Amino acid sequence: MADRRIRILLAKPGLDGHDRGARVLARCFRDAGFEVIYTGCHQTPEQIAAVAIQEDVDLVGLSCLSGAHKYLFPAVCSLMKEQGADDVIVIGGGIIPEQDMQGLYDAGLKALFTPGATLESIVDWINNNVTPKE
Amino acid sequence: MKDLGQKVLKGDIRAASRVIRNLEDQIPNTHVAIQEIFSQTGNAHVVGITGAPGAGKSTLTDEIIRAYRSKGKTVGVLAVDPTSPFTGGALLGDRIRMLRHAEDKDVFVRSMATRGAMGGISKAVGEAIHVMDVLDKDKIIVETCGVGQQEVEIINHAHTVIVVLVPGMGDEIQALKAGLMEIADIFVINKADRDGAGKLYKETLNMVNMSKDSGGWKIPVLMIESVLEPKKFAGSVDILCDKIDEHYRYLVDHNLLTERMRRKTKAEMNEALWATILQPILKELESSGEMEQMLDRLLKRETDPYSLAQQVAKRYMKD
Amino acid sequence: MFTKELLDQSSQMRKKWEDEVKKIIAKNADQKDNWTTVSDLEIKRIYGPEDIKDMDFEKDIAYPGQFPYLRGNQATGYRGKYWTFRMFSGMGTAVETNKRWHLLLQTGQTGLSTAFDFPTLMGYDTDSPKAKGECGKCGVAIDTIDDFRDLIKGIPLDKISTSMTINPPATALWAMYCASAEQQGIPLSKIAGTIQNDMLKEFIAQKTLMCPPEASVKLISDTIEFGTHHVPKWNTVSISGYHIREAGATAVQELAFTLRDGMEYVEDVIRRKGLHVDQFAPRLSFFFNSHIDFFEEIAKLRAARRIWAKAMRERYNSEDPRSWWMRFHTQTAGCSLTAQQPYNNVVRTATEALAAVLGGTQSLHTNSLDEVLCLPSDHAVQIALRTQQLIAEETGVVNTIDPLAGSYFVEALTNEMEEKAWEYIHKIDDMGGMVAAIEKGFPQMEISDAAYKFQQQIDAQEKIMIGVNKYVIEDEKIDIPFLEIDDAVEEEQLQRLAATKRKRDGRKVAECLNDLAAACQKGENVMPYCIEAVKNYATVQEICDVYRDVYGEYRDPGIY
Repeated sequence: MADRRIRILLAKPGLDGHDRGARVLARCFRDAGFEVIYTGCHQTPEQIAAVAIQEDVDLVGLSCLSGAHKYLFPAVCSLMKEQGADDVIVIGGGIIPEQDMQGLYDAGLKALFTPGATLESIVDWINNNVTPKE
Repeated sequence: MKDLGQKVLKGDIRAASRVIRNLEDQIPNTHVAIQEIFSQTGNAHVVGITGAPGAGKSTLTDEIIRAYRSKGKTVGVLAVDPTSPFTGGALLGDRIRMLRHAEDKDVFVRSMATRGAMGGISKAVGEAIHVMDVLDKDKIIVETCGVGQQEVEIINHAHTVIVVLVPGMGDEIQALKAGLMEIADIFVINKADRDGAGKLYKETLNMVNMSKDSGGWKIPVLMIESVLEPKKFAGSVDILCDKIDEHYRYLVDHNLLTERMRRKTKAEMNEALWATILQPILKELESSGEMEQMLDRLLKRETDPYSLAQQVAKRYMKD
Repeated sequence: MFTKELLDQSSQMRKKWEDEVKKIIAKNADQKDNWTTVSDLEIKRIYGPEDIKDMDFEKDIAYPGQFPYLRGNQATGYRGKYWTFRMFSGMGTAVETNKRWHLLLQTGQTGLSTAFDFPTLMGYDTDSPKAKGECGKCGVAIDTIDDFRDLIKGIPLDKISTSMTINPPATALWAMYCASAEQQGIPLSKIAGTIQNDMLKEFIAQKTLMCPPEASVKLISDTIEFGTHHVPKWNTVSISGYHIREAGATAVQELAFTLRDGMEYVEDVIRRKGLHVDQFAPRLSFFFNSHIDFFEEIAKLRAARRIWAKAMRERYNSEDPRSWWMRFHTQTAGCSLTAQQPYNNVVRTATEALAAVLGGTQSLHTNSLDEVLCLPSDHAVQIALRTQQLIAEETGVVNTIDPLAGSYFVEALTNEMEEKAWEYIHKIDDMGGMVAAIEKGFPQMEISDAAYKFQQQIDAQEKIMIGVNKYVIEDEKIDIPFLEIDDAVEEEQLQRLAATKRKRDGRKVAECLNDLAAACQKGENVMPYCIEAVKNYATVQEICDVYRDVYGEYRDPGIY
């Protein structure tokens, strides 16, 4: 009996060490029935892309609260694309000013979650937008 | 599915991961991919690492990868973690300790959830080993999630089994008695800087000496230094890798390699038979509702399980 | 603490009150069943003499300036001196930050506090590949002493104290401060300030990591030793709970883990440097969070003073009262602020600041209303600073010392927090100390669990955050001005760094770094070598690379 589980990579690119949100999300995703790989803080975009491909994840969630998202998030997207994995959905969270959001969407991110987003809204979004490919 | 198998043969990492995914999710016809690759497997040295949660297996695995890479060996890792029985989800937390190898093209780490398998190793893990094998990995490390004393399944999949013990966990002796002795090829006392390390070492050594098997492989007990002293840690892991290789040579020299794998192959054959013969029948019984009917009858004690099974068998085994 | 007559009388009157309550709620139920602090401590409907009857006035309460210092370290309280108005700030380049510092001083702040950018915090230079995209975004970028001189331009280092929030690279930045002072002709005996320099909480919460715990603690005890002998007015460690709380800990966990971290440092310095506790303990300082639950925070800070005083005298046999004083800086809670309806944050910060003052803080930073979204604008930071000045000059709370002493509720809550904190402290003792507990993942897991629980409570509306899960404005348009750090800052800083590297004597730098490495190998105090190195324009990363090389890099065990 097929039991397709959504696989998620949760990662913090760059030097930002504020990982409270990511840790809470890791538990939340497990409780929502997803398989979560959390790679912690201080990851380079290259590491994140490599792990995403090795783990064949459906979704990559990036968290950044240091203001460096404008460089880091698009870097992950373009590396995924380069390696033929742009079917993997990339979403982001953290301190992301409204004026930066369109640029991030243009770079390939599909959703951005900012302070105040409920856990339920994130899980719902994933369930509605992420289907593991055949 | 056949395509995926072909891609795996060509060394495509994502395809390999996808095949493993299909195995985990029990996507129908995944066996087609396995059929594509099976004849190319059987070359890697499979090393199982097991032990209780908190024993430091992942950090150890990370350093073993480093040690083998410095010798020019390619490495595959299957890191298994438990699926939550309540939600079906899983926190696959081993990978976070192996990130320094993320961009090394010759290291392929794949996190897997047990999906409820007892003994820490699911069928998917067993077949994932074949996938890793075909990718030309010299060493395949299978790190299991350490459900305590039910770790024995790993023996069916690995050439060399390492049991990791850690001082201060309280129930080491119980673990030793409960069957881990049967499967260990190497014992490791991890975090040897902790209190009680010396005592644990002695106790483990006694256990080893008292066990059966005179002649044959002498099970070593190795101390691994604290990870907080990187140079010492690295040195003790280098010694561990030498022992692992020594065990492999021992198996080769004494023609025991295939013998070890015979068990696994038999298990795989049984699995294949089950999947091909029994599983479709079970599926049919479930979907037609006949299973529920049979259970109701049993609960009312109208008949017994064997009689029912014989009736089903008569139907399916016409001749 | 009370006579039998009074307790009997209270008991009778309480019974009458309880009956009255029962009658009322039989008809009108309470709004909800659970009345807890934000950290889930249950609070009773009423507190009376019974709740504190076992307290001993002399041993447990006393007067300000008297052991166990529950009511304050100083006899004169705020009448003698207000807390320092010390606003944490840093942005973009050193020149930009210097401008903001002068603005803050003109606006009336009385102490400086430095926020560095992430590359600096992590011990990397702007030209490191790891620093790409991060330069100046959340604090000031400092690579060499050239930047540092720009940072402190026009600041009289002998008249104003400066705090620097810096951890693994603390020796390098402090060396720059010391070297700059010396170059201005100011002796080290006259400079005052603080370096955060608390690695234990990094492993637990803030995560600016570099070397393993053993090496980190060694470097910290080097700074304590150096300060003890050469820089007597400097607080060489700011043992921090702020970040532990921000990571999701409860108030009790913040209290317990912070104080236990302090104890770990004390034990280490005694063991490693052979100093007597009273030689260095007077210069240990603390840093707490002031969160939204008003009374819980006041009780927490009072309990902290009492716990530390007792620990110093009884656990470490300290004989100097100055070692028994727990002196601390407080910052209002960043994690209590919301992006939604940001002007509400002014109110949050104000109540949190008030709690810190009623808790007796020596120094205070108040968050700006826009900090959930960006670095504070000039206007927002002015409001934050005025908040402190208002409390000091208009509200009258500073007229008397520790005004809440004797309150049945506050004293009972203080006692409860102390008791619960000691439980944690002893548990960590049993694990073999804080370094051992961190290795086992104990504080990290406690914090992760608490953070998850809190988020679930918010999602379920069991805890309220206005604007987020109650009184929400649908499709809210947030229209406050946004301070953005220009991406061009990175390019500018890269050029400055290149220019400094060009003009310096590369050979001399290499020599200094080698000397530093040798000192590390031999176990000598690194500070003199750091000072020499930065004078010759060694960069922050070059110094930190020496540490990485000698001590190895810390491998995060990934416990979450």
